Amino acid sequence: MSFDIPDDRRYLESHEWALEENGVVRMGISDFAQDELGDVVFVELPDEGDHLEQEGDLGVIESIKAVSDLYAPVSGEVTAVNEDLFDAPELVNDDPFGEGWMIEIEADDLDELETLLTAEEYEDQIA
Amino acid sequence: MPLQTPPLRGAHDERGAKFTEFGGWDMPVEFDSIRTEHAAVREDVGVFDVSHMGQIHVTGPDATELMQRLTSNDVSRLAVGDSQYAAITDEDGIIIDDTVVYRLPDESATASNGGDGEATYLFVPNAGTDEETHERWISYRNEWDLETTVDNRTDEYAMFAVQGPNAPALVDDLTDEAVTELDRFEARYATIDDVTCWIARTGYTGEDGFELLVPWSEAEHIWSLVECQPCGLGARDTLRIEAGLLLAGQDFDHESDPRTPYEAGIGFTVDLETEFVGRDALERVHDDGVEEQLVGFQLIDRGVPRHGYDITNTDGRVVGTVTSGTMSPSLGHPIGLGYVPVEYAEPGTTLQVVVRGQSKKARVETTPFIDTV
Repeated sequence: MSFDIPDDRRYLESHEWALEENGVVRMGISDFAQDELGDVVFVELPDEGDHLEQEGDLGVIESIKAVSDLYAPVSGEVTAVNEDLFDAPELVNDDPFGEGWMIEIEADDLDELETLLTAEEYEDQIA
Repeated sequence: MPLQTPPLRGAHDERGAKFTEFGGWDMPVEFDSIRTEHAAVREDVGVFDVSHMGQIHVTGPDATELMQRLTSNDVSRLAVGDSQYAAITDEDGIIIDDTVVYRLPDESATASNGGDGEATYLFVPNAGTDEETHERWISYRNEWDLETTVDNRTDEYAMFAVQGPNAPALVDDLTDEAVTELDRFEARYATIDDVTCWIARTGYTGEDGFELLVPWSEAEHIWSLVECQPCGLGARDTLRIEAGLLLAGQDFDHESDPRTPYEAGIGFTVDLETEFVGRDALERVHDDGVEEQLVGFQLIDRGVPRHGYDITNTDGRVVGTVTSGTMSPSLGHPIGLGYVPVEYAEPGTTLQVVVRGQSKKARVETTPFIDTV
């Protein structure tokens, strides 16, 4: 089975993606991760204004069959939360790189993105 | 120890199934998505490979007595082609397993003996328990000096569950015999494309449907003829929770969560008019009442209840444990099962479930959570 792995963003080994735009980093989980989880039924995300540390816990995602922790791609302050996911968590399955995004972070140091996997490296990891 | 594989392991793999270990078997957990498979069974028809379930065959002059003394229900009430749900209990009345007992056509019946006396039974223990159950039957047979033959035929039969409102039409089209005439819990031999199968109007989803016992060597062929949504154990779990049905090892566990049938809500499987292992202990429980019982609940706050989560009262004191939980695909809200003291068991009672350290409001509900057959 092949999965989408857009090369405009970076990835964590724990399957989150991070896309930087105008200094703000948007994150979600990968196509591979949503497929592994199966039907997503619940997400627990931080509040706007919370401060996150890179690779620290940021919340939880639950499918019908499993619970997984979510990790922050960069350190920084949460500036937006995708509240659509609270009523429609299946957006993570339907469009993991688009409508299924989770939070936006104003990064303390955008250089942290360089420590994450490239699309090619992530593809190797899940191969 | 290597996992046992169902006869259709390769076919499921080609179909793109994901697999999970269940009772020592490598079984498909999901083919497409749990939501899709669940909806197919509730609204149309789906088929499950449940070949991991055990099959124990018991025959001989004392077969009825052995079955009577090792299962909690009254097997003497079974006519040929009947089946019944029963518990297998220990001396203390604790559930070791739950099972369905079928009475098969009498193999030894002839005109000369009038077909009397040698009832034949097939019963279906849970995945991974067939060997110890077989040993239990052999051990008691020897101890009681009964004349019976007990065979573990788990590796001889595949088992498929065709479930859903359109299951009768589908199975009727497959079979040469009139299986839709069967009532719930009735069964008969029927042929599918010249293969003799044991077909029972049973299932574990809360829907109408059939379970097909198919010779292992014909499994792939028969499976290919059942043209409907293939479903995995993931959907089976969400369906059976909605129907308020127990999962062995989770809603009762002989070692880690010992429960009597009365606590587990299957007191209807206990016939105290019969003599069986555990009967006297269960009579005491029946007369005295239980202290705890399995209840269904709905989580009112956001979250998903999971096996092992604490249940507390509204003061925050732990009073019970979640045994099963899920986000109900049919209802669209989280539901679960768990044991609580009887004073908290009344439907409408407010409780809390501790989800990763946070107390979430819950309400005791009547089970099944949905209308079932």
